[in-house]
Amino acid sequence: MKLHGIHVPHKKNTAKQPPVRLAPPQTVAIPMSMHIGRPAKPLVKRGDEVKVGTKIGEADGYISAPVHASVSGKVQKIDEITIMNGAKVPCIVIESDGLQTPDETITPPEVHDLSSFIDAVKNSGSVGLGGAGFPTFVKFVTKDLSVFQEVVINAAECEPYITSDTRTMLDRGDAVFRGIEALKKYLGVKKFIIGIENNKPEAIAAMQQRAAKTEGVQVHVLPAMYPQGGEKVLVYNTTGKIIPKGGLPLDVGVIVINVTTLAFIAEYLETGKPLVEKCVTVDGSAVKEPKNVIAPIGMSISDVLEAAGGTKSEPAKVLYGGPMMGIAVPSLDSPILKNTNAIVAMDAKEAKPPKTTPCISCGACINHCPLRLDPRGIARAYKLGSAEDLEKLCVDLCMECGCCSYICPAHRPLVQTNKLAKAVLRNYQNAKKEGKS
Amino acid sequence: MNRLISSVSPHFHTPRDTQKIMLDVIIALSPAAVASVILFGWRALLVIAVCVGTCVLSEFLFEKLCKRENTVSDLSAVVTGMILAFNLPVTIPVWQAMLGSVIAIIVVKQLFGGIGQNFANPAATARIIMLVAFSGEMTRWVNPSGFFTDMDAVSGATPLVAMTKGADVPSYLDMFLGNHGGSLGETCALALLLGGVYLLVRRVITWHAPVAFLGTVALMSLVCGKDVLGQLLSGGLLIAAIFMATDYASTPNTKWGKLVFGVGCGLITVLIRFWGNYPEGVSYSILIMNILTPYIAKLTRSKPLIGGVEQ
Repeated sequence: MKLHGIHVPHKKNTAKQPPVRLAPPQTVAIPMSMHIGRPAKPLVKRGDEVKVGTKIGEADGYISAPVHASVSGKVQKIDEITIMNGAKVPCIVIESDGLQTPDETITPPEVHDLSSFIDAVKNSGSVGLGGAGFPTFVKFVTKDLSVFQEVVINAAECEPYITSDTRTMLDRGDAVFRGIEALKKYLGVKKFIIGIENNKPEAIAAMQQRAAKTEGVQVHVLPAMYPQGGEKVLVYNTTGKIIPKGGLPLDVGVIVINVTTLAFIAEYLETGKPLVEKCVTVDGSAVKEPKNVIAPIGMSISDVLEAAGGTKSEPAKVLYGGPMMGIAVPSLDSPILKNTNAIVAMDAKEAKPPKTTPCISCGACINHCPLRLDPRGIARAYKLGSAEDLEKLCVDLCMECGCCSYICPAHRPLVQTNKLAKAVLRNYQNAKKEGKS
Repeated sequence: MNRLISSVSPHFHTPRDTQKIMLDVIIALSPAAVASVILFGWRALLVIAVCVGTCVLSEFLFEKLCKRENTVSDLSAVVTGMILAFNLPVTIPVWQAMLGSVIAIIVVKQLFGGIGQNFANPAATARIIMLVAFSGEMTRWVNPSGFFTDMDAVSGATPLVAMTKGADVPSYLDMFLGNHGGSLGETCALALLLGGVYLLVRRVITWHAPVAFLGTVALMSLVCGKDVLGQLLSGGLLIAAIFMATDYASTPNTKWGKLVFGVGCGLITVLIRFWGNYPEGVSYSILIMNILTPYIAKLTRSKPLIGGVEQ
């Protein structure tokens, strides 16, 4: 059985460009929430001196992540920022002294078993760097090591434009494999699969070359078809296992980890330097010189765009991430986040929304959904307000990859409707649960 | 202050839209249109023009009247007009062709909600209504008499009628090239197949319904001891299999649904052809299967990948 998907333009213009490290900007604004879960609690106040790597936010609760200063300098103020889910969280603004002095208290973590490994990963501030932003350590927490059967390393990078994971494989390939060794040692996993789309031959070669010398590592070359990097799709295509609805990869014995996240963990274990900077692909039709950059977390998009060579036309829409699942930022002041892997700045022509016309019942949405949902049926059930039908249609399975909306010749907002329909179903199911209890 | 567009992902969309799809169908229908003019003369072009013109005009006026959004530019009315014209004899009076077009667009398509909402194929349904209303004119066939010649000279039977009556049947080559009596766009198998290949290459249609349809007719002809090639090349089978059994709105969307639809069309077609009173049953088979489409769709719905159990 083959999963469906779509062929999107690749636009991997920056694949051959090693990232350029940007000079620190005058100020950075670091939100306390750059992950899924509770925002971190600020540890600094106005006027405090911080250095690169100083912890400025403490993880709050179990699913949370600490936050570290990305520049050396002085805390200018503690602001408030609206994050993508609409919540308002504190945001620490640091005025850079331009020196990038590292925090001298930083030392490599002491890791000798699973629990100290998990602590180290937690303290590193690591979150899913592929874009999801899920705190990494949570994936490794278990009472029984035997549940970890295999690790799938997500290097598919199926979104158009983005090449930051490609660069990780080319520039930090050894770190990826040191990360694999660490997982072998602390999690006891013996089987590793690196999933890469076939449009990255150099990255595939770089990984294969090292995999040949490492036991238990297999490079799985996948056809370049969006959304190959979607967790459910990737796990199915590399292992043949289906992650159950509402479940996690671990339910089928799999850990999925992004290739850049893995490289970062390996580097953290050696240096103790927390997550304070990100390799970001800067591309899009409005960008003058598409390139990869290494930017301190909290640097504003306008600073990044300027430092990366400027724009050739006024950006009409700017995205965190790629064009398929990326989030349109409200303003150019928005900061680079931990899980930002690309900034795509579109000019007016590229950003022009398509005209929606009546559904012609062509079935393209059904025949391209990787999870075999019926977006047309879901849209109809949503319009009728029928939560029962939405439940039957399994709208809660939708991973919001956007294949349906991309492929629809009538340009109907299908995945957008799915998102709304998921909320309707969630409310309905919650109400049902409350009614029972 | 720089104003940014804020919208929910995805931010990329396929360049293919409804209009481009319909344009592809029009391109695919063009070889048959050219063939009809070569075979039946200029009047074929007149019939096509009348049908297309009336279809587009009815759509425009009806939507204007109902204050609906105007959808003439999606070109679907042009496609309906062309397919309907292809299903009419070249001698059809202009007013009847116009009436058929009005029925196709207003009664079958617009009254059910316009593009994408019609449960039945507009052209097939309009043809059936015309066949009932104007049975004389709708079955007055002429033999192709060449370009620019007087076509009223020879009136001839279609191969299907000839087969039923045991009269002389044209050679396979003549049937393949369309050199025999019949509706103006259905006779030239070569032109229709060209169009079908184009639609497949452009991925406007999939092979499932046409192959299931034609395969069933071929198999049943073989089983019943009929002339297999003759059955495949005659009547409206090819135009229906390629252009009507692949209509988006009135046929199932999944590949299994399409296969069931095609097999059903094939069975009904041979049932009518071999044992019915009418020599031809293609339009009826399309209409009956259109009506069954919601049930087929329900039975062949794809199962979401929910996991838990191996599929």
